[in-house]
Amino acid sequence: MSIESSGTAEPSTPSTPSEPSATAGRAACAGATAARGGFIELDGLVKSFTVRRKAGVLRRTKHEVRAVDGISFSVARGEMVGYIGPNGAGKSTTIKMLTGILVPTSGRLTVAGLDPARERTRLARRIGVVFGQRTTLWWDLPLRDSYHLMRRMYRIPDARYRQNLDHCTELLDLGPLMDVPVRQLSLGQRMRGDIAAALLHDPEVLYLDEPTIGLDVVSKAKVREFLRTVNEELGTTVLLTTHDLTDIEQLCERVMVIDHGRLVHDGGLDALHADGGSERTLVVDLERELPPIEVEGARAVRVEGPRQWLAFPASASAAPLVAEIAAEYPLVDLSVREPAIEDVIARMYADRSAL
Amino acid sequence: MGLYAVVAALGFRRYATYRVATAAGVFTNTVFGFVMAYTYMALWDERPHLGGYGVAQAVTFVWMGQSLLAASSILGGGFEQELAERIRKGDVAIDLYRPADLQLWWLASDLGRAAFHLLGRGVAPTAAAAFFFPLTLPDSPVTWLFFLLSVALGVVVSFAIRYLVALTSFWLLDASGIQQITALAGIFFSGMLLPLALFPGRLGDVARVLPWSAMLQIPVDVLLGRHTGGGLAQALAFQAGWAAALLAAGRLVGMFATRKVVVQGG
Repeated sequence: MSIESSGTAEPSTPSTPSEPSATAGRAACAGATAARGGFIELDGLVKSFTVRRKAGVLRRTKHEVRAVDGISFSVARGEMVGYIGPNGAGKSTTIKMLTGILVPTSGRLTVAGLDPARERTRLARRIGVVFGQRTTLWWDLPLRDSYHLMRRMYRIPDARYRQNLDHCTELLDLGPLMDVPVRQLSLGQRMRGDIAAALLHDPEVLYLDEPTIGLDVVSKAKVREFLRTVNEELGTTVLLTTHDLTDIEQLCERVMVIDHGRLVHDGGLDALHADGGSERTLVVDLERELPPIEVEGARAVRVEGPRQWLAFPASASAAPLVAEIAAEYPLVDLSVREPAIEDVIARMYADRSAL
Repeated sequence: MGLYAVVAALGFRRYATYRVATAAGVFTNTVFGFVMAYTYMALWDERPHLGGYGVAQAVTFVWMGQSLLAASSILGGGFEQELAERIRKGDVAIDLYRPADLQLWWLASDLGRAAFHLLGRGVAPTAAAAFFFPLTLPDSPVTWLFFLLSVALGVVVSFAIRYLVALTSFWLLDASGIQQITALAGIFFSGMLLPLALFPGRLGDVARVLPWSAMLQIPVDVLLGRHTGGGLAQALAFQAGWAAALLAAGRLVGMFATRKVVVQGG
């Protein structure tokens, strides 16, 4: 299978406007943020790929796949926005267009007043990018060497460079790692190294594509804490792509959900849970096997020996539930599970199509 | 230091990190040098002055081949496999969003690597050979300087070919077939197997004007003093011409590739 993108000047690619029904709700939302001065502006952005599939011994049929299908949003300077969606939803394609390494098929796109694809190099000096699954660091050489290169690449003034490096080194605990070859770093250490590399030149925008993927709990917490500091102290605009809902909950007031190349939600996280009717799960271990627990505000969804799973609305507090169960049942242990982002989105998407 | 100078310096240091690999390379080059030098001596014993080379010149040709094999990357390799792999896996996205030129970036890193290989893997085999074989090395420092210039141009030509090979990954996703073909072409058309002066007729004429001759045949002929005066200028111009043409082709293909083709992976 070979994949080719169709560039802007491709006459064979029809530019279809996005359906009004899908954009109507969002237009108001985008309008509201644009009034605050949109720093990242997308207007009806489309990216389609031509995929050739085997249809016979020699025959190939062409299919047009729309990875991004008419997305509009606006992010104000200094905002920290979550950009989530299931695998293949079009998140990375959007980020590639925002950095200028993919040319949109149609629609408008500006970052800091620049057209990314046309002014890629100029824009590159003003943005920072972290791809969780890739690294910008030199594999065979100590971390320090990669940073030295960043300093040349972004022409960072000496004083500024030293200050930023010291700051990152302190907050991300990079001190002992500076002279270790990158290939010897653990995933969490390498990720911290990559995040520092993306910030040395004081970017105005930071794109993070799954910055916590594969990290343990401690490393995740460290990365989140650092990102919050960067956003608050430096006013860096952050667009965060992740599969970890906790990242979003702890960092972003606003979250955009994309599915099948379309924006299906743009607003607060609470609204997302309300939209998706999402539920948290209380896992209860009892002393012995008992019939399903009956309490108000939750329902037993699964019983397995002395363990029971109770679903309750994500917006409700777990405390009264726990108190009630502890009072009436022989409770041994319990834990709360957050709703998986895929479930929230899946439910939301199902609800949308039912409307 | 400018950005690309730092990239070149890091390219040098990357390869300098692996000392055992360097020693193993030197050992291999030296063993092959001995095998080929004795083969050449047998051949020249039978046919003296073959291609206009005396036996000492022919043996020098062998050892220069071994000394330049890694530096000029005659068999391919170096950055090219890395770049091809980055394109295949989509890591090239990182190279593309940098405020740097893709081709210059990789050229700088490859020049750094070549400089290390010239020192680390070039000097030792020929120095060792000088104890066992009569070599024809120039006395004049000027000839050595022109030789180094010619080697540098050869490295750029080699880079430009490998850059084009690596870029085919954007379309083919697997460039290893093309890499093997260019490695074979490299062995034969650079003069690595036999000096190109030995090939008769049409084959020789064609082999001598292909870009691969810039990688070994011309630098060694410069060292042996077979190009002097106007001939020397012409030989260097030939190398520079191929370097410019192939770099321009690489730039064009690179622009086309990055505008039209997908960067792989999510």
